[in-house]
Amino acid sequence: MTIARRLSRSGRRAGGNSFARVLHAEWTKFRTVRRWVSGMAAAALTLVLFALLAGASSNQQGSPPVPTGPDGGPVTDSFYFVHRPLAGDGSVTVSVSALDSSIPKGPGDLRPGIVPWAKAGLVIKASTRQGSPYAAIMATASHGVRMQDSYVNDTAGPPGPVSPTSPRRLRLDRSGETITGHASTDGTTWTEVGSVRVSGLGSTAQVGLFVASPPAVGGGGTSVSVSTATFTDLRTHGGWAADDWAADPSGDTWTGTQVGAESPTFAGYPDNGSGSVTRSDARFTLTGAGDIAPAVRDSLPTGGHLRDILTGTFAALIAVIVVGTLFVTEEYRTRMIHVTLAASPRRSRVLVAKAMVLWSVTFAAGLVGAVLAAPLGERLARGNGVYLFPVSFASELRVTVGTAALLATASVLALCVGSVLRRSAGAVTTVVVAMVLPYVLIAVPFMPASVSTAVATVTPGAAFAVQQTLVPYAQVASNYTPYYGYYPLGPWSGLAVLAGYAVASLTVAVVLLNRRDA
Amino acid sequence: MSAAGIVVDGLRKRYGATVALDGMSFAVRPGVVTGLVGPNGAGKSTTMRVILGLDAVDEGTALVGGRPYRSFRHPLKHLGSLLDAGALHPGRSGRDHLLWLAHAQGLTARRVDQVIEQVGLAPAARRKAGGYSLGMRQRLGIAAALLGDPPVVMLDEPFNGMDPDGIIWMRGFLRSLAAQGRAVLVSSHLMNEVQDTAAHLVVIGRGRVVADAGLAELIAAASRNRVALRTTAAAQALRVLAEAGARVTGGGRDAVVVSGLSAEQVVALLGRSAVPFSEVSAHRATLEDVYLELTGGAVEFRAGAPSEVAL
Repeated sequence: MTIARRLSRSGRRAGGNSFARVLHAEWTKFRTVRRWVSGMAAAALTLVLFALLAGASSNQQGSPPVPTGPDGGPVTDSFYFVHRPLAGDGSVTVSVSALDSSIPKGPGDLRPGIVPWAKAGLVIKASTRQGSPYAAIMATASHGVRMQDSYVNDTAGPPGPVSPTSPRRLRLDRSGETITGHASTDGTTWTEVGSVRVSGLGSTAQVGLFVASPPAVGGGGTSVSVSTATFTDLRTHGGWAADDWAADPSGDTWTGTQVGAESPTFAGYPDNGSGSVTRSDARFTLTGAGDIAPAVRDSLPTGGHLRDILTGTFAALIAVIVVGTLFVTEEYRTRMIHVTLAASPRRSRVLVAKAMVLWSVTFAAGLVGAVLAAPLGERLARGNGVYLFPVSFASELRVTVGTAALLATASVLALCVGSVLRRSAGAVTTVVVAMVLPYVLIAVPFMPASVSTAVATVTPGAAFAVQQTLVPYAQVASNYTPYYGYYPLGPWSGLAVLAGYAVASLTVAVVLLNRRDA
Repeated sequence: MSAAGIVVDGLRKRYGATVALDGMSFAVRPGVVTGLVGPNGAGKSTTMRVILGLDAVDEGTALVGGRPYRSFRHPLKHLGSLLDAGALHPGRSGRDHLLWLAHAQGLTARRVDQVIEQVGLAPAARRKAGGYSLGMRQRLGIAAALLGDPPVVMLDEPFNGMDPDGIIWMRGFLRSLAAQGRAVLVSSHLMNEVQDTAAHLVVIGRGRVVADAGLAELIAAASRNRVALRTTAAAQALRVLAEAGARVTGGGRDAVVVSGLSAEQVVALLGRSAVPFSEVSAHRATLEDVYLELTGGAVEFRAGAPSEVAL
């Protein structure tokens, strides 16, 4: 009798939110096994330790400073410049009739080759100091006429290469802060390519001809190149109208300068060559290397980025994968799963509750680790003179939160695989192969770009994209591969690939848990 | 059949070619300890896993308090069970093991401390369960089974690994649970473990019930119509009795057990055929005899409707 009465009362009491109770039970389970809690703490600590190690291990004290552009980003500003100071407003025109490049095929063996972004044209620049404001109009080897300014801006003009039979005329006008570029094939009809505002040029700016020849990209690396261009009909107009230099060819009013000869973003000339200018009448022949462009990872090999600071992610991953797996496989090993399922017969709820608890715990641990690791590592690295690619606050926040989410989602993947396989060793191996192997493949420098790109697209390792902070530029040829920190997928799309794997494996795990005998 | 307790009906399950359950049916009533006995592999644990909804059956139903176990929102309040005392995480303390179970049922730490007290585990409750002896694990498992104060308790081989003190404690404990009105099902592969505890026995073999009766009935039924005969001329006695339609089995050096005839008939037959004998008495079966007889042949045998056992 008393039992029956007790039964009916407890039956009514049971009306509460039973999923919350499963969740509570799984949380109690997790927090009461010290090794799991320590495993999570170790994951967080690993992130911090690797960041400190990354920050402390490289010392670049005393190396030349990395030039930065008007927006603070690192730039390549090394090229051959034939210039003269010109005050106020005015115009300059020139005809580019040849642009040829050479690439070393072996030691001491320079051969003609194509450098698509070899540049020859007119530039107006505040000074010959690297990183100073400029605007330029140029012919390129493979991308037609371009108008560029502030290192990052690029506007396409008329297409087609230049040759002695089809030279390209270029014009640059200054009106206060406004610089306008024109291109023409005959010198009569001019097409405006672009008009930009450049602040900080000063009343007197350096105006003239330039040749740049960025490194040729191939085989997963780069090789320095050199380009030579022929200019004719250099004329100044308006406020810059010729004084006597055109009439007196021997007048040495134009100066040849190698801008940015010593720079971390300049790989130099092939075979220790150098830039040069030769002149006969109004015909100038310039040889130059380098580029005027934003720096990218392989033009600034000494630069670090946030991903390098968070390199402990792979070690933290192993820790959270092991803990995530054990959270369920130890129940199978000890047959405690029978107790769990006898206490909570709605099996899918158990697995979902486990996944939620694990995700939250791992996320919290990862967040603590990343929030400490990123600024500590960055401070240490900068203190050692290491240049770090700048990151906006929003990006740093995204990388920090994303790293925590990556760890959390990977641990849930491990949990689900563990639930399917019911064996710790098999599940840990499977998920480590799925997550850490892509990380390693991406980190191997000689991995073909196609392989590392595929790995970073279709494997759960695509999630490492969430740590990317480097921006590729269409006007800079480079190795935009995961190895260098450029991922085929966006940060959140990459993380979504991993989340897709986790959700799919959770679905399989739930179906099997419901279908199989416990 | 009463809705209280456990009712299993026609359970069938095979693992590949092996038949684990072959029409298992029995009931566990409130207020008594029911012993589920049978040799290893007879299907005791499988039946219990099926009752808990852990294993699915090909056919049949198992109901707890009239409902399938998996339909309970907080099942530990309806059925407390202990399948395997080793089924716990070695790195978690005994108390924490009960705590997560309590949280799963919406119970509090106070209830946990109550059951720890009840099974006498308080001194070790905060130590890692990995260091527990098997007896301590059994007590922890019992505590878990009692956590929800359930009207039905089901324990698989609870005497395993217990020292004599523990066994005595366990027997008293099980009887007290039944005395409180609970239905108690206890499995064992050793008859002497349950004979002092269980009032009712379900004997199983090869996946089915071979006997389902009260302890006294079982012994009486097994003893009925059996005569112990002591003779120096066993071969002669055997022939004479067999001709009269009795079944005779060897008992000892000079002793045989005769079934199918009364003592008076045996005396008359032997006298008529001039077979010497020194003693004729009613045979008193032990529970052990019953068990061996039943499970050895795995032939259906039910109290009240005895069909003779062919050996």
